[in-house]
Amino acid sequence: MATFFGEVVVAPSRAGVDDEESAEEGCEETPEDRDIRRELEKKREVDVRWTLKSGMRTESSADELFVCSKFILAIGHNAAAFLSSFILDSVCWEVVGAVKLWNEWCRTSSTTNVLPTDSFCLFYRLISDPTVWLCQCSCYVAEDQQFQWLEKVFGCMRKEGLQVTILSTCPVADYKTQESTLTLPSPFLKALKTKEFKEEVCCPLLEQPNIVRDLPAA
Amino acid sequence: MFVSCDHGGPSATSDFKGFTLLMPAVSVGNVGQLAIDLVISTLDMTKVGYFYTDCLVPMVGNNPYATAEENSVELSINAEVYSLPSKKLVVLQIRSPFIKNKYRLFCQTLLSWVKSSKCSRVVLLSSSHAYQRDDEQLLGTPLRYLLTPDLEKAVGGLMQELNWKEMEKVAAYPGINDTEKVLHIPGGGITKRLFTESCSKGIQMAVLLKFCSEGDNIPDAFALVNYLNEWLQLIKIEVNTSSQWKIPSSWRLLFGNGLPPALF
Repeated sequence: MATFFGEVVVAPSRAGVDDEESAEEGCEETPEDRDIRRELEKKREVDVRWTLKSGMRTESSADELFVCSKFILAIGHNAAAFLSSFILDSVCWEVVGAVKLWNEWCRTSSTTNVLPTDSFCLFYRLISDPTVWLCQCSCYVAEDQQFQWLEKVFGCMRKEGLQVTILSTCPVADYKTQESTLTLPSPFLKALKTKEFKEEVCCPLLEQPNIVRDLPAA
Repeated sequence: MFVSCDHGGPSATSDFKGFTLLMPAVSVGNVGQLAIDLVISTLDMTKVGYFYTDCLVPMVGNNPYATAEENSVELSINAEVYSLPSKKLVVLQIRSPFIKNKYRLFCQTLLSWVKSSKCSRVVLLSSSHAYQRDDEQLLGTPLRYLLTPDLEKAVGGLMQELNWKEMEKVAAYPGINDTEKVLHIPGGGITKRLFTESCSKGIQMAVLLKFCSEGDNIPDAFALVNYLNEWLQLIKIEVNTSSQWKIPSSWRLLFGNGLPPALF
């Protein structure tokens, strides 16, 4: 497909992968296909596990929603490393949960004692104010898992009075601007905010036609 | 699936009784989506809601139709609904590709929303691979239409007057048996599925498509939106109708950033 120098093309066509042809060619799934699909779906399920204060591992019950006033999510290695270097420590923060998932790109580490090079997704709570939460998500959450991740994590939280901040990074080469990205002083910050966010933003807003995708977008 | 922008207010914004729903298929060259961008931008349509769905890749950005500083900070996501009550028009814009295995679910959910919101008809803008045309299709207009039987009764005559060409069916087993013909829309994404499901559910649907290839698809978008305009007359048809369509600000830099001066 026609493209320009510097564009990283993910799919063979901008219209997306064309295997919808085979999906829609009239024939419904055979029982074997259905079983295979179900097994694959189970393998790709996102499993959120919360650790209670007493150290017991259990699923969060549907009735008990966590009360959270501030939730900071760091998505990707750089953002997760930022939190590790400047914010997190074992004195003020405690681990309250983890996400286990698998996809073609990564499998999350099964311990909470992780190395910076591991793929993991952990939740922390500020001991002095248990309504302040952090999430470090250095594993890649695939397209078909992003919605599930979102619903399972936020489904456990009370939405009223919740302020969410998402930290993420993108390559400078992906930034669309009139000048060339070579001359841009990098790194630089840009923000997106919902209209409900009334506080001042510490950096300029992301200009059109730039967009954010994947888990931060979800 | 549909979430109205008007939280708690009267659901005037989600009652589209008698409206025409205009929407794109995510297809070759993204022509349908580009054409929809032109419609929303030119008619200055108001956003009335969005689809909360797990069928599309998530994305978010600032208002793609921004014209000034003040209106440039509204967030925009992958599937949004705009309306223009004066023309009884509601438009769905889809901005990202489908997630694998979710096409069927999306089509089902969409069509049941069409029924529940009482839209009178659906117009789907799409495209198909130009390289798959047969000898006859290589000549003449690259634009085609399709109508479900229910809509055929209502507007079939109008298509004849406009001298439009209906999308040809192709042999199911080319070379072996030329009598059995089927509809084949390569590169059309969910077009064929939506069309056949609408036929079976008695929904009035029209498909307008253009044969094209990947590349600079802006001229294809203009051709498709002018084609649509011949029928729906959304803007006045003038000698040079193309210049009447307003290009949205998000179309800037479609082909990359500025060049580094050090290159020269």
